[in-house]
This record gives sequence, C-alpha cells and structure tokens, in this order.
Amino acid sequence: MKTFKNFILAIATWAFMSVSASAVDVIVVSHGQANDPFWSVAKNGVDTGCKDMGISCKYVAPATFDMVEMAKLIDNAVSQKPKGIVITLPDAAALGKSVKAAIASGIPVISMNSGSDDYASLGISAHVGQTEFEAGVGGGQKMKAAGGKKALCVNHEVGNVALDRRCAGFTKGFGGSVDILGTSNDPTEIQKAVAAKLSGGYDTILTLGAGLSGEAALKALEAGGKVGSVKLGTFDMSPNMLKAAAAGKVEFLIDQQQYLQGYLPIAIFGQYIRYGTMPAGVVMTGPGFVTPDNAAKVIKWAAQGYR
Amino acid sequence: MSQKQKSISSKTDFNQDERLQKVSKLRLLLNRPELGALGGAILVFIFFGIVAGDSGMFSAYGTLNFLDVSANLGIIAIAAAMLMIGGEFDLSIGSMIGFAGICIAIPAIYWGWPLWMSIIFAFAMAVLVGYFNGLLVVKTGLPSFIVTLAMLFILRGATLAITRLITGRTQVPGLSVLIENDPIAWIFATDTFKWLFTWMGSMNFIAMRTDGLPLATGIPISVIWFIALTFLATWILMKTKYGNWIFASGGDKNGATNVGVPVGKVKIGLFIGTAVASTIFACIQVLDAGSADTMRGNLKELEAIAAAVVGGCLLTGGYGSAIGAALGAIIFGTVSMGIFYTDVDTDWFKVFLGAMMLIAVVFNNYIRKKVTESK
Repeated sequence: MKTFKNFILAIATWAFMSVSASAVDVIVVSHGQANDPFWSVAKNGVDTGCKDMGISCKYVAPATFDMVEMAKLIDNAVSQKPKGIVITLPDAAALGKSVKAAIASGIPVISMNSGSDDYASLGISAHVGQTEFEAGVGGGQKMKAAGGKKALCVNHEVGNVALDRRCAGFTKGFGGSVDILGTSNDPTEIQKAVAAKLSGGYDTILTLGAGLSGEAALKALEAGGKVGSVKLGTFDMSPNMLKAAAAGKVEFLIDQQQYLQGYLPIAIFGQYIRYGTMPAGVVMTGPGFVTPDNAAKVIKWAAQGYR
Repeated sequence: MSQKQKSISSKTDFNQDERLQKVSKLRLLLNRPELGALGGAILVFIFFGIVAGDSGMFSAYGTLNFLDVSANLGIIAIAAAMLMIGGEFDLSIGSMIGFAGICIAIPAIYWGWPLWMSIIFAFAMAVLVGYFNGLLVVKTGLPSFIVTLAMLFILRGATLAITRLITGRTQVPGLSVLIENDPIAWIFATDTFKWLFTWMGSMNFIAMRTDGLPLATGIPISVIWFIALTFLATWILMKTKYGNWIFASGGDKNGATNVGVPVGKVKIGLFIGTAVASTIFACIQVLDAGSADTMRGNLKELEAIAAAVVGGCLLTGGYGSAIGAALGAIIFGTVSMGIFYTDVDTDWFKVFLGAMMLIAVVFNNYIRKKVTESK
C-alpha cells in the first residue's frame, strides 16, 4: 500500500507542478481536430503569431467534430475573460448563441477559416479566410477546362457547412454531373471508399482536404492504375500532395493558406490590444492555385509546417 | 419460522444467520458503490480549485458551463448504468442521439409537423429502437456488445442517408423559431431560476454583460433533468421490485430466471431506457442549439459507459448505482471542461482526460477495497 500511496503522491505533485492557470490574452476555439495535418499548420500560425505579437494565447478544439461541445468551449473561453476570442464558424446556428454571449460580455470575436457567410450577422468583428463557394467554382472551372465530364466530390467532414458549399461551388463551376461521397476522417476508409467508387466511370475527383482525403484519394488512384486518366484536384495542401503535384499526378491544389488564418487573427488582436485597430469585413487568404508549374517552390515551406 | 425465531432469540450465538446480523449505518454507507466516486469527485474539485481557482472556472458562468456538460452526460450515463447493472451494454447511445435529433428536425422543418408532434415521434422511434435492441439480445442470446455495435453503425448510417436524401445536406437548422409557442418544447429548452440570476446580477454577485443582462442567465434545463433522473433511477433501483429484478438479472441470470424474475422483459425495458435517455439528451441539445446534425452524439456511448464505471458499476453486471453514475458524469464533465482553464497545451487534452479518469477509477477502487478489507 505504501508504494501505491507514494505513486499517487508523485502523480499529484507532478500534476500540480506542471499544471497551472494564468491570465490569457487571446483564446482560439477551432473545430479542427488535432489529427488533421491542415489544422496543425493553422495552429503553427497561431503559435508564431503569439510569439511575434508578444501576447499569451490558448488554442482549444473539441475532441470530435461536435458543434455542441465547441459551443461549450466558447462559453468556457468567455468565462476566462480574455481580450479577444478567435473562432471558426462551421455551424452558425449551433454556435450563434455562444458567440453572441461573448460579444455581449464585451469580448471582441474574429472568425477564421469557415463562416464567411454568417460572421457579420452574429456581430463578429472580422473574418479571415477564403469564401468557400467561389473557391469551389474556381476549382470546378479548372476541371471543366481540363475536359472533365463526371466528377466525384469527397466530403470527409460530413456536417461542416463550409465543405457542403465547396462541393456546391464546384458543381456550379464544373457544369457536368457531380456526385458527393461522404466519408469519415479516417484515411484508410477514405481510400477504400474512393477505390470502390472508381468503377463508376468518374473522370474527375475533387477532395476537400489534402493531407487527409487528397492523399487517400491519390493512393486509391495509384492502386487502381488510374493516375492521369482520372484527374485529381484538392482543396488545401500537404507535403505529399505538393510532391504529387510537382510530379504532375495532381491537377491543382486550392491553397487557402491556413497558416495566415491562424496568424492574422492573432496579429489583428495584437494590434487591437495595443492601438484598438480592427479591419472591417473579410480578410481574404485565398483561393490560390498551386499547379505542377509552381509546386516545387511551395514544397520547402510545406515540409516545415508553414504552408 | 421456528429457526428464525431461534436465531433472533440467541443474539450472542456466533453461529447465527449472517443476514440477520446488525450492521451499523456507517458500515452501510461505506458499502455503497458510489462512495469511491464521491471521493473521486471531491479529488477532482480540489485539483481544479487549486490549479484553476482564479481563472473563471468557478464563476457562475463557468460553473453552469461544466455542470451543463456533466448533466447532459449524466442523463445517458444513468440509463447506461442501469443497463450495466442489468448485465448488458448499449453502444448505440451516441448514434441514437444523432438519430433522435434528425427525427425531431426533419418532420418539424420539412414536413410541417408541429414541434411537439416531432418530439413525440422521436420518443416513439426511441422506444422502437430500444425494444428492437433488447429483443435481439434476449432472443438470439448474442452479446449485447455486438448487437448494439451493429446498431451503432446502422443508426449513424441511416441518420446520414435519410438526412441527405430528404434535405440534401447534413445539418438541419431553423428550429429556434419553432420553440417559442410550442406547448411541450419548454420541457427541454428553458433556463430555470432566471429570477434568481437576474437578482444576483443586480446585486453584483455575478458577472454582467454590457447590455445589462447577467452573463449566466439561469440553470440549464439539462441540470434539472439530470437531478430528476438520478432520483427516479435511484428510487427504482433501491425501493421497487423492478430494482431487485434488475440487480438479479445482471448478477445471476439463471438464478433470477429460476426464482421467477422475467429477465427478458427487464432487459428489454432497460434497453428502451437507454434509447429514451438518448432521446432526452437529443431533445435538449437540438432545441438548445436550434439545429440537428448527423454527427451529434458521436462517441457519447463510450463517455456514458466510462461515467458509469467511474461511478462504481461493474462491467460484469449486478453491481452499481445511479448516484455513482451521476458522480461519474460530474467527474468526466468537470475534467473535460476544466483542462481548458489550465495552461496545458490542448494537444495533451486526451492524455490529460484519460489520466484523470484513470486516477479517479484507481482511487475509487482503492477506497472500496479499503472499506471491504476492514470488515
């Protein structure tokens, strides 16, 4: 029993020493699960921003894509009374109440990544991101120009309205027939689902996240020997997809530069805390297209977690 | 009869029937399954009181926030605990939450049903799903783990397929406006004791918003449901014959059958209980958020089972309590919200959550052993 007691005591001491709370300037509440390479880059943007601005920050996200839990995290952020809150806004209906409570208690809120259509109606100060529908239209037009007739839009975050809009925009720009494939965020499952769909006569695939569904779809194409005959485009970037683009295996990557989506809201709050300045409206971070022509240049920074 | 009288008359006889031995009130209390969970809960509160005491976690707003999370989890954890005492598992709880949410939202928004009718519809579907789960387990004799795991996939998939078929998307917003004039929606969507909070706000006891309202507007309805269900479940388990049947069914199925307990019916009833509790959870969440979503309730079944186990339920059935499960839910809810008030990088969130759970269970177990040793 004595060793057991000592063991508990040691754990408790360690916990108390390593865990403590202190006042925080900016709290970032994101829906991005930490296992998604995309959000790792955005978080790097937040971390660098906080270092550059000399302010203290906290980045929190729910354990699963759960909007109700995320609303609770925003409530939590409010009760810590930071000088600013940065959120993502994938579901304005579910998060609206918490966002309004934050603003009503005098804490300015900036949205980033998703929510460009809803941020203004909630009273959010500014939005940093790319407008999803238009980015989707751009991708659709590029695929149409490449000669696509029948496309598959792979949605790995079923429930995220921003991703629904990307597919909708893509459908509009593409003009031809587009089917939507809903999957989990497990790469193996995405790969198998895409492979199963390949027999359906698709000549074009758009994935909505590079690191997860893009790489999985590419693997499915490689395994099926369809690289080139089925054109693959993706939203966002990852080191592997950039390499594939440089090798000509991928038509394009739609770059929304999520590093800036993490960095800029922090920079904005940094200046806001100092001088009270605040931009108005949407600060656009994309869309930009990375094609086989310019992929090599982007690769270096992507490998370091900045692109 | 004569034997019983004899043993009572000879109290000093050490050979007397042990069931008739006098047991002190204190000993009775120490033997309760929830004691360890109570200790664990106190430990968790002391921990956060020290490391996050001045961070706003224990302000009125912060407290209601983690209570709300605990209460929501508690609603399903209590039902899961009763089922576990009855010797079975339900892994379809989380999927049932998503399914019930859609059962409320689609009829109300797309078919023009009044909200109260969709809510009743959702509960009717819950009874059906629970009955089906129970019937399958009882009739086939398969482990409930497998049967309800299948139901986990079926319900989650059906939720996505039906929603996309009817609405073409994965979220159904627009419920907030329907709540206002509905005769029964308030049961799931009111803040209670608003007057108390307005008064506390006006006396400057709690934080105010810039528009003059208190930041914490009232006690969420989930907390009221949580308390009511804890009492109801405890009453059923401790004071009614159904309670005895549940313990008997989980403790020794054959023995229970031999003494005439309708084991099948008891288990089916408990499965209906978990499905209905999931629907209560869904009602509260859907009406609070104003939208239903195909992914709601994801992984909640594991949280519910974790809360029940932290609260002293045995995985083998026949032992446990509703109050224990309620305390387990409070531990889980407090830890999962509390970490965000500390300086721990949230990359470590799940490690922290798991470690705290483990400490709570080990502590719980330790106390129980200590108590039973010193008999």
